[in-house]
Amino acid sequence: MLDFFNIDSVLSEEERAVRDSVRQFVDEQVLPIIGHAYVEGRFPKEIIPGLGELGVFGANLPEEYGCAGLNNVQYGLIMQELERGDSGVRSFASVQGALAMYPIFAFGSEVQRRTYLSRMAAGEIIGCFGLTEPDYGSNPSGMITMAREQQDGTWVLNGAKMWITNGSTAGIAVVWAKTNGDPSDASIRGFIVPAGTKGFTAKDQKGKLSLRASDTSELVFQDVHLPADSILPQSGGLKSPLMCLTQARYGISWGAIGAAMACFEEALDYSQNRVMFDRAIGGFQIQQVRLADMLTEIVKAQLVSLHLGRLKDAGTFTPQQVSLAKRNNASMATDVAREARRLLGANGILAEYASMRHMANLESVYTYEGTHDVHSLILGQAVTGLNAFK
Amino acid sequence: MKIAVCIKRTPDSESRFRIAASGAAIDDTGLKFDIDDFAGYAVEAALQINEKAGGGESVVIAIGPDSVQESLRKAMSMGVDRAVHLKADAVPADGIAIAKALAAELQSGGFDLVLFGKHSFDSSSAVVGTATAELLGVPCVTAASELSVTGGTGVARRELEGAAELVSFPLPAVVTIDEGVARPRYPSLKGIMAAKKKPLETKPAQLGAARVTVQKAQLPPERPAGRIIGEGVAAVPELVRLLQTEAKVL
Ligand SMILES: Cc1cc2nc3c(=O)[nH]c(=O)nc-3n(C[C@H](O)[C@H](O)[C@H](O)COP(=O)(O)OP(=O)(O)OC[C@H]3O[C@@H](n4cnc5c(N)ncnc54)[C@H](O)[C@@H]3O)c2cc1C
Repeated sequence: MLDFFNIDSVLSEEERAVRDSVRQFVDEQVLPIIGHAYVEGRFPKEIIPGLGELGVFGANLPEEYGCAGLNNVQYGLIMQELERGDSGVRSFASVQGALAMYPIFAFGSEVQRRTYLSRMAAGEIIGCFGLTEPDYGSNPSGMITMAREQQDGTWVLNGAKMWITNGSTAGIAVVWAKTNGDPSDASIRGFIVPAGTKGFTAKDQKGKLSLRASDTSELVFQDVHLPADSILPQSGGLKSPLMCLTQARYGISWGAIGAAMACFEEALDYSQNRVMFDRAIGGFQIQQVRLADMLTEIVKAQLVSLHLGRLKDAGTFTPQQVSLAKRNNASMATDVAREARRLLGANGILAEYASMRHMANLESVYTYEGTHDVHSLILGQAVTGLNAFK
Repeated sequence: MKIAVCIKRTPDSESRFRIAASGAAIDDTGLKFDIDDFAGYAVEAALQINEKAGGGESVVIAIGPDSVQESLRKAMSMGVDRAVHLKADAVPADGIAIAKALAAELQSGGFDLVLFGKHSFDSSSAVVGTATAELLGVPCVTAASELSVTGGTGVARRELEGAAELVSFPLPAVVTIDEGVARPRYPSLKGIMAAKKKPLETKPAQLGAARVTVQKAQLPPERPAGRIIGEGVAAVPELVRLLQTEAKVL
């Protein structure tokens, strides 16, 4: 596997061991089935128990909650390997770990942590994260989903969420809503909403041309009654879901590298074996430039994510640094995937090869968790001090 | 049961190999090493036997430089309880020299079963397991594709050309393991973190004298380029003739 700058030499033995174990799982359990699942437009649920046994869900959360207690570089390497398989598989794990388990860990009560985390780590309970709404994507502070506290301390939830990964598969939804009629984003709180609660429906969104091996759903809440202990007690304001997104975006920066690596490996192999004009196409300068560009961008992205992981482990990373990594790496991967697809000629449009699947997937990765543009504005604000959003 | 698994660390079989400057070994640079495939099956077999019995102890043993500790920890991350590293600068080519060091370690260990891979990918001698059994004075079953233990008796299945046989043997015993026993499990992420805390003992390997040494290592010859005899039906008679007279495969 691609490691042009011998990054392995600065990984610890445990970091490499985690990477290698997930790599082997992906090679043996994901790659043989993912092309089909993608064409069929279904998330391959059959891999969930294996992923749970391996311990990838919420792997950087503490052992006392049944998680693996890994460092953030190990966690990133897991995301890289999963997305080397497919962005849909990595998305499943990102949502489960960073967007459903993390908020329960960070904002939940001890009872909520004990109830959910170890079973979610094992893949027995699947979670989803409902922030985006039909009319509020890049601007979640405008959300209109509303929870009202009743006299007995219970809650009634009304609203709709859209583009929710794992939405129809999930046993619990972590839903973000404003509270008690207050339209400001300071009133946003998180709620755990179990599937099957009366008034809560999840419907898959059809017709996706990207991330087809992933369930994406619309969630509707119509007078959904929730017990008092369904609220995440430590959540407060928009910054709570944004903290979750920082966790997930960090993992995405690694995941995108995995997709790019898969495309590069496929293109490299093809370039050495496809003979045209009596020689391997890899011998032509144009294809060599193409491969050299892909290689260079992948190595740069690897170094960005690795350093970001070290900063995260040291507790000194900033959300703006995460924005830079997500923005650069997702964009890099979309470019690499497209160039790989082109190098493959007509074969490049087949599901039998991975590049076009990754290319299509990465358009979602480019858009979700803060679009490329939104991260540009975050970085713009970070360096100029001027806020483009207001 | 107390089970020892002797593992070898070998390069990934799909690597592109080069001959080292000495001319008598492969060049290690850039190669990825891991537990040898058959030894991996042996580790899995040991774990399953003890899991089925609901208890016991498994110990993994390897000879070699410090780098073998990574493979020992991998076996522990799969679930093996502890590891012994028999330190040597290099693993000799003489399987009996290796077996002497292993037997010296195993002798007083009180093991019910000692498992090996049926042979290692990089030397293919299939000597170490059988020689160790002889040195320990215990029965030896080679190339077991299934293995079970009840009471003090083991039963192993061996795949033969077009048939299979079941053999039984008293414990303690040495069994060398073929694939088919059970796919080695993936080291779980928790297992990887737990392996760091499991005991790994290092001592010098008491290797026997190496009477067999490698004189020269060679890569397989490059496959000669193909030859196009003709096209379509017209070329078939000539193709058949060449397959009979030149390639001698028909
Ligand atoms: C496959 C998939 C899975 C998803 N999973 C989840 C999930 O699990 N949970 C969840 O909550 N959400 C999820 N999302 C939603 C995702 O986070 C949003 O789609 C994203 O935030 C963008 O919102 P939007 O689609 O409404 O686009 P919009 O916000 O409408 O943006 C449209 C365009 O305008 C640009 N734009 C927006 N604001 C500005 C600005 N100020 N300046 C310049 N340009 C701007 C954008 O960059 C974009 O190009 C998912 C999306 C997809 C595609």
